[in-house]
Amino acid sequence: MNGFVRRFAVCIILLAGVFTIGAAPGDPPIRIGSTLALTGPLASTALVHKLTGEIYVEGLNRRGGLLGRQVEWIVKDDQSKPELARTLYEQLITVDKVDLLLGPYATGAILSAMGVAQRYNKLLVHHTFGIPSLAKYDAQFPTWSLGPDPATTFPNTVLDALASTPKPPKTIAIVTSKFPSVHFMSLGAREIARKRGLQEILFLEWEFGNRDFGAIAARIKDANPDFLWVGAIGLEGNQLLDALKKIDYTPRYHFYMYPAPGPMAQAPEAKNALAGTIFEQDPPFTDNPSAAEFSKIFNERATKAGLPYSRVETQAAASYTAWQVLEAAVTATKSLDDKVLAEWLRTHRVDTIQGKLRFDGPSNYGDDLMRVKQVQNGRWVTVWPKAFAAPGATLATP
Amino acid sequence: MALPNFALLAQSILSGIFTGALYGLLGLGLSLSWGMLRQINLAHFALAFLGAYLCYQLSTVNGMDPLATMLVIVPCFFAIGVALQWIFARFRISAFNSLLVTFGLTVIVESVIQSVWTADFRRLASGYSDMKFRVGVLYVPVPELLTLMLSLTLSFAIWAALRYTDLGRAMRASAEDAPIAAAFGVNQKGLALLLSGVCAALAGVAGVCIALSYTLAPAQIYTWIGVVFAVVMLGGLGRALGPLIAGILIGVSESVTMAVTAPSWAPLVSFSLLIVVLLVRPGKV
Repeated sequence: MNGFVRRFAVCIILLAGVFTIGAAPGDPPIRIGSTLALTGPLASTALVHKLTGEIYVEGLNRRGGLLGRQVEWIVKDDQSKPELARTLYEQLITVDKVDLLLGPYATGAILSAMGVAQRYNKLLVHHTFGIPSLAKYDAQFPTWSLGPDPATTFPNTVLDALASTPKPPKTIAIVTSKFPSVHFMSLGAREIARKRGLQEILFLEWEFGNRDFGAIAARIKDANPDFLWVGAIGLEGNQLLDALKKIDYTPRYHFYMYPAPGPMAQAPEAKNALAGTIFEQDPPFTDNPSAAEFSKIFNERATKAGLPYSRVETQAAASYTAWQVLEAAVTATKSLDDKVLAEWLRTHRVDTIQGKLRFDGPSNYGDDLMRVKQVQNGRWVTVWPKAFAAPGATLATP
Repeated sequence: MALPNFALLAQSILSGIFTGALYGLLGLGLSLSWGMLRQINLAHFALAFLGAYLCYQLSTVNGMDPLATMLVIVPCFFAIGVALQWIFARFRISAFNSLLVTFGLTVIVESVIQSVWTADFRRLASGYSDMKFRVGVLYVPVPELLTLMLSLTLSFAIWAALRYTDLGRAMRASAEDAPIAAAFGVNQKGLALLLSGVCAALAGVAGVCIALSYTLAPAQIYTWIGVVFAVVMLGGLGRALGPLIAGILIGVSESVTMAVTAPSWAPLVSFSLLIVVLLVRPGKV
């Protein structure tokens, strides 16, 4: 009997060993650190990135994690302050001793994080950096596929879209916030419009945080352009549209640089408003199975979290792509070494929900994958280039 | 620099008057608490936004008319103001410390707003949103007109109350020289509680006006602080009509600047005006 018990116990121990060798439960999780603007003026968009990150990490851990280890995401609140982001990234590296870094939300904070990553030779994959020329660190990898010179390429894409309409605009008004990542795009649009022969009849700049758009709206109405380019970020686009509505003016063609997706899509006065996108939750983007699966989960979670726009669009897609890029590099190299990962990313393309990304251009930027979307029936749909247009969607004209 | 046409200039001035009226309404409570209670109440802005969110909630979820929400908001905020003053008096918080304490309160209120309504933008879609009418070439939006009317009514009512009623005289006497006023039988503590309640209630009314005209986000609390402080200082501390006049002056100046030159110059206007007044008439601020 004793012999049977001993043999049984040995079998149990061996079996337990067989099952545990693969999972290595003693291995600590891989810790990925980042900050997000969970409070402060950028919080509404940063919450989209938080939700996306949570969904991705859950899915990743269900698939077995990275290198057979579970993944833990440490996310700290940088309060929309780049200077705080700098401190927190320093803390993530030196105190929390995270294995990998992921970028924060928005250009200013990313620039701060980039400086810290460079100081410690850490890889930094980031999702929402708007000024490629400022990304000097060679181990930073952008996943918002703006291309290396968006101030030239993107206004051209927008004007190409408008040129394809039966009544292309002949005059343009460019009104813009002085928020850095928006302002340089508006200046680019100004230059491109001039080169393409559009007559600029109004150019206005306002300080970020402007409250009263009444006078700006009155000047736009007075100029009455064929095409209104609004260099707006977040709430500003809606504020301007509100002011235009109050004086009974509806712009013919109107474009907004980085609008708050929910409020703009849902505002009746934003009908036919244009904006840039890298992903919208329609085919052909959702033909990619991981994009379709992510969209489904995101819709459920966003609705539950009370987000006003529960569809996946640029912000969520850029964020999801950052995680995909990080996973692809770690999986391919079977390494957590920042140098090894950076080297691999520089020489390989990564398949993402935006399309295939490469990082071998200036400032590690690859192809310009920016497309044009439009508010139609209370939601954003991609309308240009035609190959990426949502099924049945065409650029609506005034 | 080309001169704008009449319609553009007139519309811009009107827009400035409306914005200035809101500056004045926000500044009214702040000015009274600063001038008469010696409290620099930064939480006034947080209370205004809390009022705006409550208006949004009561209108959107409970189906109340946005203006009728004042029937709920004003008494509640009055009670909050009384409670705040009681705490300030109980712990003998000085004017400078009140700045720090109320800044802390502002951060707390912002966090509460964010946890209840999230950081996302909220827009009150009410029947008033689309209401406007034309007077000649001018478009007059009704929500802004309501703000102007409320601002005018409340400013004049408080001015009259302070000037012509015994209660108002007692308040002014108490603000001027508290020990002497107390010697004449003025109940300083009671008056302070009343005044603090009124200031908080004014923040609630300003909040309803903000909800009627603006898209809400928790961080918007801070965008009003600079200009409203300029309005309060320009209008004079503890004065009822000063913030309204200064608010409209600054609002119109900003709008005209935006209509005539680059809109990015507009924020300089309020502070330039303040500096000029401080230099020319230092004793009046």
